[in-house]
Amino acid sequence: MTPSPRTDGIAAGRLDEAHLDRNFSDLHPPYEPHEAHVAADRCYFCHDAPCMEACPTSIDIPLFIRQIATGTPEAAAKTIFEQNILGGMCARVCPTETLCEEVCVREVAEGKPVEIGRLQRYATDRMMARDVHPFTRAAPTGKRVAIVGAGPAGLACAHRLAMKGHDVVIHDAREKPGGLNEYGIASYKSTGGFAQAEVDWLLEIGGITIQTGSVLGRDVTLEGLKADHDAVFLGMGLAGVNALGLTGDDMAGSLDAVSFIADLRQADDLATLPVGRDVVVIGGGMTAVDAAVQSKLLGAQTVTIAYRRGQDRMAASVFEQELATAKGVHILTNVQPVALHGNGKLEAVEFEYTEDRDGRLAGTGETVRIPADQCFRAIGQTLEGAPEALEIAGGKIAVTGAGRTSVAGVWAGGDCALGGDDLTVTAVAEGRDAAEDIHAALMA
Amino acid sequence: MADLTTDFLGIKSPNPFWLASAPPTDKEYNVRRAFDAGWGGVVWKTLGAEGPPVVNVNGPRYGAIWGADRRLLGLNNIELITDRPLEVNLEEMTRVKKDYPDRALIASIMVPCDEASWKAILPRVAETGCDGIELNFGCPHGMSERGMGAAVGQVPEYIQMVTEWCKMYYDRPVIVKLTPNITDIRKPAEAARAGGADAVSLINTINSITHVDLDLMAPEPTIDGKGSHGGYCGPAVKPIALSMVSEIARNPATHGLPISGIGGITTWRDAAEFMVMGCGNVQVCTAAMTYGFKVVQEMISGLSQWMDEKGYTSTDQFIGKAVPNVTDWQYLNLNYVTKAKIDQDACISCGRCYAACEDTSHQAIAMKEGRVFEVIDEECVACNLCVNVCPVEDCITMVEMDKGAVDPRTGVEVGDYANWTQHPNNPMAVKAAE
Ligand SMILES: Cc1cc2nc3c(=O)[nH]c(=O)nc-3n(C[C@H](O)[C@H](O)[C@H](O)COP(=O)(O)OP(=O)(O)OC[C@H]3O[C@@H](n4cnc5c(N)ncnc54)[C@H](O)[C@@H]3O)c2cc1C
Ligand SMILES: Cc1cc2nc3c(=O)[nH]c(=O)nc-3n(C[C@H](O)[C@H](O)[C@H](O)COP(=O)(O)O)c2cc1C
Ligand code: SF4
Ligand code: SF4
Ligand code: SF4
Repeated sequence: MTPSPRTDGIAAGRLDEAHLDRNFSDLHPPYEPHEAHVAADRCYFCHDAPCMEACPTSIDIPLFIRQIATGTPEAAAKTIFEQNILGGMCARVCPTETLCEEVCVREVAEGKPVEIGRLQRYATDRMMARDVHPFTRAAPTGKRVAIVGAGPAGLACAHRLAMKGHDVVIHDAREKPGGLNEYGIASYKSTGGFAQAEVDWLLEIGGITIQTGSVLGRDVTLEGLKADHDAVFLGMGLAGVNALGLTGDDMAGSLDAVSFIADLRQADDLATLPVGRDVVVIGGGMTAVDAAVQSKLLGAQTVTIAYRRGQDRMAASVFEQELATAKGVHILTNVQPVALHGNGKLEAVEFEYTEDRDGRLAGTGETVRIPADQCFRAIGQTLEGAPEALEIAGGKIAVTGAGRTSVAGVWAGGDCALGGDDLTVTAVAEGRDAAEDIHAALMA
Repeated sequence: MADLTTDFLGIKSPNPFWLASAPPTDKEYNVRRAFDAGWGGVVWKTLGAEGPPVVNVNGPRYGAIWGADRRLLGLNNIELITDRPLEVNLEEMTRVKKDYPDRALIASIMVPCDEASWKAILPRVAETGCDGIELNFGCPHGMSERGMGAAVGQVPEYIQMVTEWCKMYYDRPVIVKLTPNITDIRKPAEAARAGGADAVSLINTINSITHVDLDLMAPEPTIDGKGSHGGYCGPAVKPIALSMVSEIARNPATHGLPISGIGGITTWRDAAEFMVMGCGNVQVCTAAMTYGFKVVQEMISGLSQWMDEKGYTSTDQFIGKAVPNVTDWQYLNLNYVTKAKIDQDACISCGRCYAACEDTSHQAIAMKEGRVFEVIDEECVACNLCVNVCPVEDCITMVEMDKGAVDPRTGVEVGDYANWTQHPNNPMAVKAAE
C-alpha cells in the first residue's frame, strides 16, 4: 500500500510528487514587474528612514525602492549589494516582520508595511538573472586572508576583502559552501538551488578560493593559518547542538532538528525522505518552526511544537508562529520534556506542565504524554571546535569592535561570535564590517 | 434625489453630463448606447465638409501617462475629425435625435475657413433636427496644419468671422469650442461673443508629447520611426481647464456668457467644480474612453447626493457660485495668517514634511527625539508644502491665527484685511484711508 499521512511509524513518500512540489514552492512567490511597481509605489521615501535603521546591513531601502519604481531594478540591486552582498538570500530569509518591515511607517500606520523583502528579491533576482556581477576588484594588495566557514559571515567577509584587492582562501568543513543557507534555511524560503547559485555569483568577483571538506582542528589549525596569511576571519557558525539530557535521547526516532533539516535540504527527491506520522518538535525558535512546518509539508499527520514557556516568550516571530499554525502545526506551550517513551523505538514524549513563578520556570508536577514516532530537538546550537587560544564568553567567541578576537590578527563574526542576533543578515553585516576592519589593519 | 435637469441655451437635458465630441460620439451605435447608459447629451464627433473624408494614421494614435497601478492620468491623441462620410453621419444623427428627443444632440463642425463652406454645411446639419452646433476651433494637430481647428482658434478675428457666418446661416444655438493652445484664453472668448456666439465650450486638447522612445529616439505614439505632437486630455489637464474657465467667467467682457466645461472631468466632483466655476454643463471624453459609458452613473449619483446634502434642488442654484471668489493675487488678504499644525496622533513619522520644509522651504519643521515632527511657528510661512507632501490626509492642517494675536515669525499683530495694493513695500500702493 502506498504510504499516506495516516501510515503508522516513520515512512517516506506520504504525499505524491505534485503535492510535495506545491508544499515546497516559494513561500512568498516572486513579484511580476507590474506587482513590483505597485508595491514600490507604496513607499513614502521617508526621511532618515526607520526601515533602513532596522536593517542590520543598513541597506538604503527608500532609494532602492524608488529605483524599482522608476524602472531600474538593476540599479536597485546595486544599491542593495553595496551594503549586503547576500541581499538575494536575505530577501528570502530575513524575518522582515521583526526587522525593516516592523518599523516601516506604513506598518505602524496601517498594519500593512511596504513589502521590502519581496521588493528586494525582485531587484536582486533581476540582476542575478542577467548574470552580471556589479563589482570589480581593486588593484592587488598582495595580502592574503584565511577564512574559516563559507556561511553568510565568511562569504560576506571574503567578498569585501576580494573587492579591496586581497586574496582570500575559505576553508569549510562541509561538502558544499553556503553554511546554513545551504543546509539550514527552510526549503520554501530558498527554492531552486538558490544558495549555490548565489555563491557562484558572489565568487565572480574573483580572488576567492574555497576549500570544502577542510576542517579547522583537523586539516588546518589557527596557528598554521595565521602563519601563512596576513589575517584570519572565523565565521564557523554554531556546529554543535544541545541535548535534552534525558534517558532515551538516543532512541530511534529522536533526532536533532538541524540534521533533519540538513537532510531535507540535501534530498534530491523529497518523496524518499522519511517522516513520522506523529511528530513532536521541542523548542520555540525559528529552527523549531522550520522543522515542524517541513514535517507537516512532508505529510506528517500531527505535528506539535512543545515549548517550555508561554507563547509570548517564543523566539520565533508571530509571523513564523502563524505560518506554523496555518500549516496545521499545533503549538503547545508551558510544557517541558521529562521522558521519552518507547521500546528502542520512540512511541511518546512525556511533558510536565510549567508555570512562571516570579520569573522562574517551575514544573507543576502534572504531566501529559504526546504520541510521537519522531521527536526533533530544536533547543539551540552551540559553538564547537573553536580554537583554544581564543577567549570565549557566553558560549561564543568574544569580540570587540568590528569582530576583533582576543588574538591579534584573528577576527570573528556571525553566529560563532558574541553579539547580534543569530540571523543571516547579521552574519553578513558582521562579516562585511570585519573585512573593512581587516583591510584598514592590513593597509595601515 | 435632486433634479439634475439642465437647460443650456434652451437645450434641455436630463443631466448636465454630455459626451464631448470625440471617439465615444463617433457613430450611431456608440451614441445610442451612451444615451441608454444615461448620458444627458452628446456632441457628435466633428463633421468635415462634403466629399472624401479625412484619413487617420494606421499606426497607434494614443499616448498616455499613468500612475503606478496603470491608472490613466493623461491621454494624448493624434486622431483627426470624423473619417466617415458626411452623409452617413447626418443620417445617423437624424435617426438618433428622433429616437431620443429628451437628450441633447449637438453637431460639431470643422470646415475650411471660408464662407461658402460654412454656408454649404449648416442647412444640412439643421435638417438632422439636432439641438445646436459646436464649432471645433480646437483640434491642435493635423487639421490645424490645413488651416482649420486650432489654426482658426488661435486667431480671434477668424473666430469672430466664422461665428458670424454661423449665426447668419443657422438659427439654433452656436457654441464655440476653444483651444487652450493660446496665451490669453479671454481673447478668443471675447471674439466668440463679439461674433454672436451663444456659448463657449473649453478646453479642447493641449499640444503634447507624452513620451520619447529612448531606443527609437522618437516621440510616442511612434509611426514608422516618427511622431508628432498630439492633444493632451484626461485628469492631468483639469487644473488648466478649470483656470481657463474661471478667466472667462470672471472677465467683465465675457461674464455671463454660457460655458460648457470640458477637460479632465472624471468624477461628479470634477463636474461640480466646473459648474460652480461658471459652467452650465460639462462635457466628458477621456473618462468615458477609460472606463466606458457606465461612469456616468457615478457622476449622476454623486452630484445628486452632494446637491441633496447641500440642499440644492436644481443645478442653477450653484452654477457660477464660486466665480466671485476668484480674484487677482493683489487683492488677497495679506493679514490672513495661518500656521501649519501637525496632528501627532495621525502622524506616521515618515519625515516627508521635514525633508520638504528643511531642504526646499523655510526650515520650519523640527525633527525631535523619537521621530517626532513639530512645526516651528517662528519660521512657518504657511506655504502649505508640508500639507501637500504629507501622505496622511488631514494630518497637517493650516490653522488661522486670531485677529490681534502676534505672529511669532514677524512679530506683527494680525490685523484687518489689507492687500498688496495697500502694502508699504508696494511702490504703487494706494494709501489706505485713515
Ligand atoms: C534551521 C535554521 C533555520 C534558520 N532560518 C533562518 C531564517 O529563516 N532567517 C535567518 O535570517 N536566519 C535563519 N537562521 C539563522 C542563520 O542561518 C544563521 O544565523 C546564519 O547562517 C549564520 O551564518 P554564519 O556564517 O555565522 O554561520 P553558518 O551559516 O552556520 O556557517 C558556518 C560555516 O562554517 C563551517 N564550519 C563550522 N565549523 C567548522 C570547522 N571547524 N572547520 C571548517 N568549517 C567549519 C560550517 O560548515 C558552515 O558552512 C536559521 C538557522 C537554522 C539553524
Ligand atoms: C481621440 C480624441 C479625439 C478627439 N476628437 C475631437 C474632435 O473631433 N472634435 C473636438 O471638438 N474635440 C475632439 N477631442 C477633444 C475632446 O472633445 C475634449 O475636448 C478633450 O478630450 C478634453 O476633455 P477630456 O479631458 O474629458 O478628455 C478629441 C479627444 C480625443 C481624446
Ligand atoms: S519606512 Fe516604509 S515607507 Fe518609509 S522608506 Fe522605509 S519602506 Fe518606504
Ligand atoms: S507650511 Fe511651508 S513653511 Fe510652514 S512648515 Fe509647512 S512647509 Fe514649512
Ligand atoms: S509628512 Fe505627515 S505623516 Fe509624515 S512626518 Fe510629516 S506630519 Fe507626520
